[in-house]
Amino acid sequence: MSKVLIAFQDNDEARYIVQAIEEDNPEATVYFEPAMIRIENEGSLTINKATVEERMGCEWEVQSIHVNLLTLTGHIDEDDDYFTVHWDN
Amino acid sequence: MTIEIKTAKMDTIRNTFGHIARRFGDKPATRYQEATYDIAAQTNFHYKPLWDQDHELNDPSRTAITMEDWYALKDPRQFYYGTYVQNRARMQENAESNFGFFDKRDLADKLPEGMKERLIKHLIPLRHVEHTANLNNMYCTAYANYCTAVAQATLFEGMDRFGNAQYYARIGLAIDGNTGDSLAAAKEEWMNNPIWQGLRAYCEKTLTIDDWFETFIAQNIVLDTLVDNLYFEQYDAWLTENNAGDILMLTEFMRERSRESQRWSDSLLKTVINENRQNADQVKSWISTWRIRAQSALEPLANDLLSDDALAEAYSALATRLKKIGLAD
Amino acid sequence: MSTKKLNLKDKYRLLTRDLDWDFSYEDRKDAFPFEEFEGIKITDWDKWEDPFRLTMDAYWKYQAEKEKKLYAIYDAFSQNNGHLNVTDARYVNAIKIFLTAVSPGELAAHSGFAFTGRHMGGIGARIAAQMQSLDELRHIQTQIHAMSHYNKFFDGFDEFSHMHDRVWYISVVKSFFDDARSAGPFEFMVAIGFSFEYVLTNLLFVPFMSGAAYNGDMATVTFGFSAQSDEARHMTLGLEIIKFLLEQHEDNVPIVQKWIDKWLWRGYRILTVVAMMMDYMLPQKVMSWKEAWELYFEQAGGALFKDLERYGIKMPDYTDLIKAEKEHLSHQAWWTFYTNSQATAFHTWIPSNQELDWLSEKYPETFDKYYRPRWEMAKEMADKGERYYNEGLPQLCQTCQIPMIYTDVQNDPRDIVYRSTKYQGERFHFCSDQCQHIFENEPEKYVHSWLPVHQIFQGNCGGPGGLEKVMDYYKLDVGKANMDYVGSPDEERWKTWKGVA
Repeated sequence: MSKVLIAFQDNDEARYIVQAIEEDNPEATVYFEPAMIRIENEGSLTINKATVEERMGCEWEVQSIHVNLLTLTGHIDEDDDYFTVHWDN
Repeated sequence: MTIEIKTAKMDTIRNTFGHIARRFGDKPATRYQEATYDIAAQTNFHYKPLWDQDHELNDPSRTAITMEDWYALKDPRQFYYGTYVQNRARMQENAESNFGFFDKRDLADKLPEGMKERLIKHLIPLRHVEHTANLNNMYCTAYANYCTAVAQATLFEGMDRFGNAQYYARIGLAIDGNTGDSLAAAKEEWMNNPIWQGLRAYCEKTLTIDDWFETFIAQNIVLDTLVDNLYFEQYDAWLTENNAGDILMLTEFMRERSRESQRWSDSLLKTVINENRQNADQVKSWISTWRIRAQSALEPLANDLLSDDALAEAYSALATRLKKIGLAD
Repeated sequence: MSTKKLNLKDKYRLLTRDLDWDFSYEDRKDAFPFEEFEGIKITDWDKWEDPFRLTMDAYWKYQAEKEKKLYAIYDAFSQNNGHLNVTDARYVNAIKIFLTAVSPGELAAHSGFAFTGRHMGGIGARIAAQMQSLDELRHIQTQIHAMSHYNKFFDGFDEFSHMHDRVWYISVVKSFFDDARSAGPFEFMVAIGFSFEYVLTNLLFVPFMSGAAYNGDMATVTFGFSAQSDEARHMTLGLEIIKFLLEQHEDNVPIVQKWIDKWLWRGYRILTVVAMMMDYMLPQKVMSWKEAWELYFEQAGGALFKDLERYGIKMPDYTDLIKAEKEHLSHQAWWTFYTNSQATAFHTWIPSNQELDWLSEKYPETFDKYYRPRWEMAKEMADKGERYYNEGLPQLCQTCQIPMIYTDVQNDPRDIVYRSTKYQGERFHFCSDQCQHIFENEPEKYVHSWLPVHQIFQGNCGGPGGLEKVMDYYKLDVGKANMDYVGSPDEERWKTWKGVA
């Protein structure tokens, strides 16, 4: 499988998102780089609204991911309760 | 104990960019100025567009209007991207709370008997008109690309109109329990009800105009003034009189936005016609063509929506606006 | 009334998709006249999948949030003289290149997306293009506002707009966008959506911006990362348009393949400058150009092409070449600018010994063998007061407009690559087989290229009268904005501010 990549600005909100990603994608690798956090995984990465909300302790809209998102590779599947990037190869 | 705070004295070597200083002098410039003036490419284009070999990529000669300095057409609101989206974000927050209130209080169920059907027939199809306005303003942005003062303002207008179209659709969803049935029914009206066919033909016609400034006139001046008067003045009053004033909450965004946007289009047009005689004549000729077209386009709608006098009132609003701009007959 | 809960997909579909209609009174082709001339066949626009389902109100909301943060940082940056926090004033030269070469490209992209956002026949694609047009306007404006502060304290920023239409190396970027904008709407989408967003900005806005942060440039990293949060949407749109075209009709496959081959190369050629910015212009290094290329292009791009295989799309046949060039690109570029910096709006310098060691370590196969000796020689000459400048005007590639600086990296990396072909009795020159092929596919387009060196020779850049006239034409502040960093007014001011004079 090809690797997908997703990167966020390194800030407080993104840290919760990254924690949620680590929880839901145990195979993923997280790299902390200057001012940014990069996450890679084989095949796919999913962000679940419920996990992020649990981490943050408050409501969180999936679309607000755009505020902190830096880049990603792969196809996107997005709905109210999740955001996934994936390669099918 | 005293604490001495040492601050290095910072002498600036210049206060703004060269092209801004040439216009306004070398003094600190506003963000609107630096974001807007003289940033578009002017010369030395590499290739002729495959889709229009007779013009350059950025080319003022795509319209019959001429300006010594196109940047004279500044936006009185001084909207650049940042101020624009922040302004609209505030307005949308208000709209969101209005839609929320309407929903929470079940105000759709409290509308008088038959009102939903009337809204589907008369109000929701406006989303297609707004969609046309979106395309027409994008057209202006695409071809006024040599002057960012104009291109950005028409882009903001275009995106606003797309936002309007979505708000009209949301009114539909607010009264049909989110099924979307009202949108399908309203489209049926738009496509087949004779009261809408004139306006639909007008919309289709504007999408085939060649000169982008004529597009601006047909859309933002002639049609918008008439439709805004019919809906935001006369139909609003009718809704209030007929116990459906709650709907005005849901159209507040569009009404406020239109008032604000008119300040920009008034100022733009005023500057264009004051530039030279040819501009004034050209604009007058376009206005007379399109106001005649609009008359037959809107008559069946206005008569059905309000009364046989409604369109005359809208035309008098148009005449007032044109007079204010300096385009009295 | 019971209200059904709408999910994102349904909501977006209801609010957006059905806005358009079948025309009854005009020919739809008169309203959307440019859909067919490129040979692309669209059978059903409804098959378009919106990658991000942003409604306009959500767009305003989230973008306003970004802008609020961004401008709060700008205000703090300028109120606190943030330019003093960069690691070294040499660094600022990288963002001079950014403002003069890249930012006006954002405006060109804005204009191109306005054109496609008006002219695509399908509403889903149209709206996505319109939002991108708006985003690109955001990018140039936030970049100008970030640089506005630097412009008050450093030379080389102030004439960015004037220079964009004229200066030789900036012409490379301008020709890229002019090329895309003068094409049809579908080629434009593939060019910018794929080549520029997927390949180019990913490298410029992620590793380079991370480097800007590492070098204390708060203003640049802020706009860079904030812009990149839009690019994530743009890249997805670029991928979506390619998939959509490939799925619509099998006849589209060879056309799209041709565009991918062309635009990946066009974008890649521009990256030469980014390679140099990363390896030579960041005083504190984050990762080498080669490492960035491997991560953001070879890994990500490789996955993408594997994904497109099922449609019959192949990796361009020059993949091995670009793999080999990553060892050379930044060194060849910095050398070119160093030896021509009498005609650039930024300063150059000889890398320090520490930097040379870093380059040796990052490029073990090539640096010591081919490039380090050059720098040692340049230093020797400079120390003797014989700083070397290239006096002649270089031959430019007819397609990418870059001087002939690329060498035959797969055979002998000392040999410069020259290619040429005849068209209508005239000879045209190229830096590579790829640029020659691009020319040969559309010679009638590329014969019109506004080549800066040709234009100088023809007297169109300030008239006859030598380089001085050309510098006036460029509005290049000779002795201030150009040549060595060492001894420049920029350096002098920096030392005063830092108290090291």
